[in-house]
Amino acid sequence: MRLLWHSDIPLWHDARVLRATAQIVSVIIVVSIVVFAASNVLSAAHDRNLSLGFGFLSEEAGFPIAESVVDYDEAKSFRYAFYAGIMNTLKVALIGIVAATALGVVLGVARISTNWLVSKAAGLYIEIFRNIPLLIQLFFWYFGVFLLLPAVENAIKWPGPIYISNRGVFAVWASPTSTFGPWLLFLLGGLILAVIARFALVRVQALTGKHAYTTIIPLVIFSLISLLGWFLVGDTPLAQETPVLGRFNFVGGIRFTPEFAALLLGLVIYTASFIAEIVRSGIQAVEKGQVEASRALGLTEFQTLRAVVIPQSMRIIIPPLISQYLNLTKNSSLALTIGYPDLFGVGRIIINQAGRAIPVFALIMAAYLAMSLTYAAIGNLYNHHVRFVGR
Amino acid sequence: MGLKRLVLLMGLISMVGMIAIACSDDKDNADGDTAVVAAAGARLNMVKDRGNLICAGRTDLPGFGFLDANGANSGFDIDLCKAVAAAIFGDASKLEVIPITAAERGPTIQAGEVDLLSRNVTWTSTRDAQWGNFTTVMFYDGQGFMVPTSKGFTSALDLDGATVCVTSGTTTELNVADFFRQHNMNLNTVVFEDSASVYGAYEEGRCDATTSDKSQLAAIRSGFANPGAHMILPETISKEPLTPAVAHGDDQWFDLVKTVMYTLINAEELGVTQANVDAMRSSDNIIIRRMLGTEGEFGQSTLGLSPTFAVDVIKAVGNYGEVYDRYMGPQGVSFTLPRGDNELWSNGGVIYAPPLK
Repeated sequence: MRLLWHSDIPLWHDARVLRATAQIVSVIIVVSIVVFAASNVLSAAHDRNLSLGFGFLSEEAGFPIAESVVDYDEAKSFRYAFYAGIMNTLKVALIGIVAATALGVVLGVARISTNWLVSKAAGLYIEIFRNIPLLIQLFFWYFGVFLLLPAVENAIKWPGPIYISNRGVFAVWASPTSTFGPWLLFLLGGLILAVIARFALVRVQALTGKHAYTTIIPLVIFSLISLLGWFLVGDTPLAQETPVLGRFNFVGGIRFTPEFAALLLGLVIYTASFIAEIVRSGIQAVEKGQVEASRALGLTEFQTLRAVVIPQSMRIIIPPLISQYLNLTKNSSLALTIGYPDLFGVGRIIINQAGRAIPVFALIMAAYLAMSLTYAAIGNLYNHHVRFVGR
Repeated sequence: MGLKRLVLLMGLISMVGMIAIACSDDKDNADGDTAVVAAAGARLNMVKDRGNLICAGRTDLPGFGFLDANGANSGFDIDLCKAVAAAIFGDASKLEVIPITAAERGPTIQAGEVDLLSRNVTWTSTRDAQWGNFTTVMFYDGQGFMVPTSKGFTSALDLDGATVCVTSGTTTELNVADFFRQHNMNLNTVVFEDSASVYGAYEEGRCDATTSDKSQLAAIRSGFANPGAHMILPETISKEPLTPAVAHGDDQWFDLVKTVMYTLINAEELGVTQANVDAMRSSDNIIIRRMLGTEGEFGQSTLGLSPTFAVDVIKAVGNYGEVYDRYMGPQGVSFTLPRGDNELWSNGGVIYAPPLK
């Protein structure tokens, strides 16, 4: 029989044994910390008669939520209220991410512009907004700007019309009519045809080597079909809805409450200053030789940017950019202080109205964790997609 | 790769732990005989050892809990804390007031972080079950609406479609939703956790109305730049019995605080005041002499209090009526609010306490 252990090295010097022991010891430490924390929570809750179950989530919530993307009302359950909070957080986070990226990219490019004024202005913006705590900026936007706008009776009127007052921003909006559904089918059909056309044209261009207008033709196809649909479905599928001053407030049109607007503005302006720096460093990190080489090949300025600089800087930009998206989402929990009913704000109300601190905090943490892990997963996928391919 | 796996493993273990905590069923708590309930008397001993009483209150509501010109905690709710401190230590200054927000009240008293919660808390059955023990109603209040006078509202029923500023985590928040739903009216809210933000936003015109207990609205209005520009609508939409609360599980402490509150009310009924308390110790009324500890006993020793604690309490804060008038009486330092339901039962109100005997 072969001995399992037949080396001359003593056990305590064997790298494999040491490695395994280290792993086992660390697992034991982690497990005991977790068990200790868990039993501590359990016994404390037990002593104080705190309930840890989730059954209360089905009870009627009873409290109002100021604004909601879903059709929440007080008769719905705590579970639905929590869901409404999650959707509110996602709303501000998603719009915020798109806007902060757009603003950040513009600022980042402006920062390395050869135009002295543009570059300094972008630099000033970044230094100011990056270095003031977000909470203070939010208070400034909400209490210092939005609440000091004129009262609703004296709302500022911009063309559109757009009405601006301390009750929020009201603007004209297109509201779907009964023919909106059929028209949507035309849009879908147009989209499918446009995609097919695009594939075909790309193939033709690759085979013949001639410019086949791969972007313009599909766009024209899509627009023509949507336009055709608009007239074919009978009534116009979208009707103009203008805000009108009612007894208390404007009704109709699209509305941004001061709470939402202040939160969105604060998050976008703050996060954009970080994104600008990420974009600047990403572009500057692409080797100068790459640009020189593409010029030598006769590529235009735009082609150089499009085909050489941007693809390479993306690899550097994406990971820190994802972490800024995470920050923006997590920072949205400051909404609580300016009255926007986000996940954390609604969670706090549930804790109080239902008297269940521990289960609700567990839910809040799980919700933020799930959002963050989703971002991280998307970021990793993209990173995998654009990584250097070894040849 | 090894490190990555290890991290993953740790993460998994932590998650399993969290789930285990989360899923543990309510029924372990119902299992009464194993529950480690704080032993009776534990709280009193803790307070005595610590040398002061810790009371959760507030500093931002004129009349009830505010800072006076010298920065000292003051107000109706704070005087109730002072009365308990005086009963235990014979010295009302042995008191620490911790200011908390409305939303923090439940968790604070649930966890027993403070000895006494006296921060205009409405007594409701859910809170009684979840938060702690409610002692005895010290202020009968009801929820109302405050609106700018210029808007010309005469009733809360005019508010269909209005925007209302509310403090989160309060019964107010629930009542306003019930009231609008009951009357098929459309409600928009703006909710803040900090009541300063609620009234700030209301004053700026973000809302058409704000809602809270009527006493609180009167208090807030007194602090506005132009109090005359705001009015309180006639409707009272709820019952808000404001009651100091203690943590669950210590009966002796619960009884002690109740007895101190009863003493304040009985003292007013018997005409014992801050000024005449010493003279009253030799009153010819047996009931007064018993309350002030000169004759017999009414449970002081069982509660762990000195026989003459009532003298200390009345010397420190006066009787119930004196506490009320100090802040909200005709010459009150904060504002004037007629006593209404908060008159003694013998004067047509509902303030009533069991006898001290």
